[in-house]
Amino acid sequence: MRWVRKHLLTGYAILAFGYLMLPVAVVILFSFNAPAGRFNYVWEGFTLDNWIHWDAVPGIRDAVVKSLEVGIVSTIAATALGTVLALAIVRHRFRGRGFVNVLVFLPMSTPEIVLGASLLTMFLQAQVVTGFVTIFIAHVMFIVSYVVVTVKARLIDFDRHLEEAAMDLGAGEWTTFRLITLPLLAPAILSAALLGFALSIDDFVITYFVAGSTTTFPLFVWGAARVSVPPQVNVIASAIFLVSVLFMVGNVLWGLRASRRSREPLPQALPIPEALPQPEAA
Amino acid sequence: MTFLHRHKWLTPYLLLLPGIAWLAVFFLVPLGFLGYQSLQSGSFESGYSFTWEFSNYWDAISTYNEQLIRSFLYAGIATVIALLVAYPLVYWIAFRGGRWKNLFLILIVAPLFVTYLVRTLAWLNILADEGPIVNTLKTLGILGSDGRLLATGFAVVAGITYNFLPFMALPLYVSLEQIDSRLLEAAEDLYASKRQAFLRVTLPLSAPGIVAGTLLTFIPAAGDFINAQLLGTPRQSMVGNVIQSKFLELIDYPAAASLSFILMALILAALLVYARAVGTERLTG
Repeated sequence: MRWVRKHLLTGYAILAFGYLMLPVAVVILFSFNAPAGRFNYVWEGFTLDNWIHWDAVPGIRDAVVKSLEVGIVSTIAATALGTVLALAIVRHRFRGRGFVNVLVFLPMSTPEIVLGASLLTMFLQAQVVTGFVTIFIAHVMFIVSYVVVTVKARLIDFDRHLEEAAMDLGAGEWTTFRLITLPLLAPAILSAALLGFALSIDDFVITYFVAGSTTTFPLFVWGAARVSVPPQVNVIASAIFLVSVLFMVGNVLWGLRASRRSREPLPQALPIPEALPQPEAA
Repeated sequence: MTFLHRHKWLTPYLLLLPGIAWLAVFFLVPLGFLGYQSLQSGSFESGYSFTWEFSNYWDAISTYNEQLIRSFLYAGIATVIALLVAYPLVYWIAFRGGRWKNLFLILIVAPLFVTYLVRTLAWLNILADEGPIVNTLKTLGILGSDGRLLATGFAVVAGITYNFLPFMALPLYVSLEQIDSRLLEAAEDLYASKRQAFLRVTLPLSAPGIVAGTLLTFIPAAGDFINAQLLGTPRQSMVGNVIQSKFLELIDYPAAASLSFILMALILAALLVYARAVGTERLTG
């Protein structure tokens, strides 16, 4: 009885992890299914065909390529904008701080459907043709806030003595920034970029509103879901999943090794915003 | 460069300019357009004109009160279940995870890296009519012989709960992880039972995480339409489904725009009620 009580929580944790992983396992499992009819709902038999012929479904290759393109360009733009914003917010005093904090916080706390609907309304009224460029605009808009939060968290813990030392040794402001600040911020900027890329290739709702006739991978899945979802969709989703998890596990193990060597506390390996990013009082 | 040196106070504004301009033009201005659209009258064929048509709002509320109530009900239930499921799990990671904490955290966020739509579709397989779960429930007599889980409110709430669980778990984890273990030792030294120590030390200290997690789960859940669309039927449709179809299928922009604002206003109202209940300082830091 005591043993049961002692391990009750561990047992629960195992069950809960099982619950979290169940749909993931189903997605991966059904990527190897050989469905008999049009529907990939019932297990029929194991095959590697879906992985080998991942682009056998018309349109799926273009959709995946489009998602990667959108993801890359909007991540680069949002990471640059967000990093500079975070630097300004943490490093400088200025009027209108409260406004800036609220403006960064608001897009994260607005339902996606409202973000998409309002952008589409503006594009319609301004007679902008929706497509790749409008998707890019929308993605940068909603990723920027996440970048600011991630980079800001690192900047707050930043040891400014290192920069002062560089300045004392005669480095100018720009040299100090390039040789000291930027390299030390690099891990946070990289986490922010990875998070932004993940958000971008996963986004459906906002993209759905502003895509016009352009099709990204999530939009392709949406279209397919109305008729029947081919197993190739599971292949792509599994591949995205496996690559992301490899990145994260690699990041964590790298952190573990580094911390063992330097006996420093465990670094934050995942870009976790410190609880809910909150607007500071003006 | 010399100009900048002379006007040092300009630096922060120059740094802020690109990002803030982007957010202003592509977030704030569109909201203005949405508000403008919500007060227009007319039709897609004959064109819309701005007439301070406040009746759009009353029409939307009276026509779609059912979907509005359902959205908040589903989102509320899903948020509570997510809290109850996530709390013991992240508690275990924070206090028993040891040096593998970060790897366990990956397991929590991992579902987010399966494309949202695909992971929702996976629940179609899991809850399928002849699937293992439905069959087990039938054998146990919980579900009637022609009972099903798909196309019910249960499936939609289950989908929402699953999809937003990581957003509940992460802030909870951050707040539990920050708890100084010496406080718990002190409680023990002062003869608190395990239960007392949890209720009077751990739980209050994790309150910021509970608040943050609740918001991060509830807000997107209330606006969601994907779970209702894929796992439910029109009888489970939420306000997001109405906005989506009015905007993109029925081309009734003023109605869709006013519903969007009603959704935002109701979320804001829910936040204020919640803020009263938990104390404002916890909500705004």
